[in-house]
Amino acid sequence: MRRAIVYLIPFTWLLVLFLVPFLIVFKISLSDVALARPPYTPQLDLSQGLSGILDFVRELDFENFIFLTTDSLYWKAYLSSLKIAAVSTFLTLLVGYPMAYAMARAREDWRPTLLMLIILPFWTSFLIRVYSWMGILGTEGYLNQLLLWLGIVSTPLQILNTNWAVYIGIVYTYLPFMILPIYSQLDRLDGALLEAAEDLGCSRASAFWLVTFPLSRPGVIAGCFLVFIPTLGEFVIPSLLGGSSTLMIGKVLWEEFFSNRDWPVASAVAVVLLIILIIPIILFQKNQQKQAEAEA
Amino acid sequence: MIRFENVTKRFGSFVAIDNLSLDIYEREFFALLGPSGCGKTTMMRMLAGFENPSEGNIELDGADIVDVPPNKRAVNMMFQSYALFPHLSVHDNIAFGLKREGMAKDKISARVAEMLRLTRLEKFASRKPHQISGGQRQRVALARSLAKAPKLLLLDEPLGALDKKLREETQFELMDIQEKTGTTFVIVTHDQEEAMTVASRVAVMDAGVLKQVATPSQIYENPNSRYVADFIGDVTILEGRARKEGNRYELAWADGQPPIVAQSALEIGPGDTCYYAIRPEKVEIHHDKPEDDNVLQGKVIDIGYLGNISTYHVQLANGQTIRAQNFNTERSTQQAFTWDDTVWVNWTDRCGILLAN
Repeated sequence: MRRAIVYLIPFTWLLVLFLVPFLIVFKISLSDVALARPPYTPQLDLSQGLSGILDFVRELDFENFIFLTTDSLYWKAYLSSLKIAAVSTFLTLLVGYPMAYAMARAREDWRPTLLMLIILPFWTSFLIRVYSWMGILGTEGYLNQLLLWLGIVSTPLQILNTNWAVYIGIVYTYLPFMILPIYSQLDRLDGALLEAAEDLGCSRASAFWLVTFPLSRPGVIAGCFLVFIPTLGEFVIPSLLGGSSTLMIGKVLWEEFFSNRDWPVASAVAVVLLIILIIPIILFQKNQQKQAEAEA
Repeated sequence: MIRFENVTKRFGSFVAIDNLSLDIYEREFFALLGPSGCGKTTMMRMLAGFENPSEGNIELDGADIVDVPPNKRAVNMMFQSYALFPHLSVHDNIAFGLKREGMAKDKISARVAEMLRLTRLEKFASRKPHQISGGQRQRVALARSLAKAPKLLLLDEPLGALDKKLREETQFELMDIQEKTGTTFVIVTHDQEEAMTVASRVAVMDAGVLKQVATPSQIYENPNSRYVADFIGDVTILEGRARKEGNRYELAWADGQPPIVAQSALEIGPGDTCYYAIRPEKVEIHHDKPEDDNVLQGKVIDIGYLGNISTYHVQLANGQTIRAQNFNTERSTQQAFTWDDTVWVNWTDRCGILLAN
């Protein structure tokens, strides 16, 4: 009985806060747009009884999903999101791995402080941190002022409102999600393994590629998924830092909802996004499971 | 083959190895024995190249190796934790060092197969380290460190993680393998039985200094100091003053007790303080007073029954305890001596060792 309650809590949570909202969104995605409040039709009228439900179901169709395939904007936005998510995941890995490595190599008594510093930015509002990047990256921003003052450039660089600004914003925001899992792997690495590798003829560098990196791979994979999955649907960073040419599905979604007030199409976009995300989420779960088994 | 020449190693202000010189010969099974913190692991790490001496030279085959990095030394090490690569199979673990040498593929697989056969691991070649038992892991570690056919193999507490039975089996395996391969083995251990069993020569270390370097039987029967006598095996140590009587010494060691007579080649001045070490298996125990040297009367206060032997703690009138061991040669649950029995212990003048320090 008690065990049943323990199981029930997470399932109820998922049911109420994930499955039910998803079904509502899915239902809207099968509806048609209407000048009404809420702005879609049909509405379910339970006072009509069974015939009302049947009428309602008959009105639903996959029109909006078909529409997504006819307008190139949508699949381009999906592709562009995948590309931006993939590139920024890679960049985050490039920046995050050396940081995680340095942390794992740091003196024991320094590590808690370093960990704290990695987590510290979360204590400030995400929006404020992204806004401050606008102040840094703008043509009049601090970065350009510094570069001009150093004489590296003669005219200010256009960074803000390009994809580069989006990459910088994403790498900055999601860096902790990359560092922490890699760090936790590297931290557990037995130093004797590296000595053994050296003893058997490895140079320091080849010991890294043959021992350290393969052993940190579960952390790298976990970190990549933790960055890739939320980045794919990211909306705030591309809309604040990106330009008009930055095409991401999160932005499209927002515009469909709030600018076009086309809730059914927006819902269809959201459902497709979720389906796309399920693949990496499942892969992530598999990776975690495999790691748990390897450690058991 | 290996020569430590006035080697000193300091960690900050702590002196781990203190002006130590030592020769280890080819094809030898050499044991560094000592309590933890005595510097034996530091010695080994200096041989492997993970530590450099603060002063002095280390030679391997006549060449100074102090500046040679670990990956360029013809020395391999078997780590205490085994340090097997968890992401590689048994086969790939053993092949790891060979691949770094750039050896041809078919030669590598032949060599790995040979190592697997030597350590009886053929069946486990494709397993990962976490899929095999502790004893098998130990053998993988050994195979991996032997694969490159090093001139010198270092073993850092190689059997520490195994249970007693497996440890004893493995000790003999190690000796077999050492003999078959002809490699010089240097083993570091704090387990005196292990050192005595496997090694052809043992160095007893304490606080960064070599106390004695000799064969196991010499170390046991002719320790050169109280420290060595006490560290290796069971011993009772008495303190007294010796006086030369013909070719023997007479040791006055306690009021009201007869002096102990001992043969010794040591030169001890009259009235100098010296020590006398006697091992329990050399002490006989009797109900009636025997006619012999070194006869003392006492009372049995403790009995340690081990099955094959019994150890009796016999307390003398002055409070000193002498331990005596008897082999239980007859199958009987009835012990010849029991608590509070008044007994006589004795040993001949050749059984104990006179020590100057």
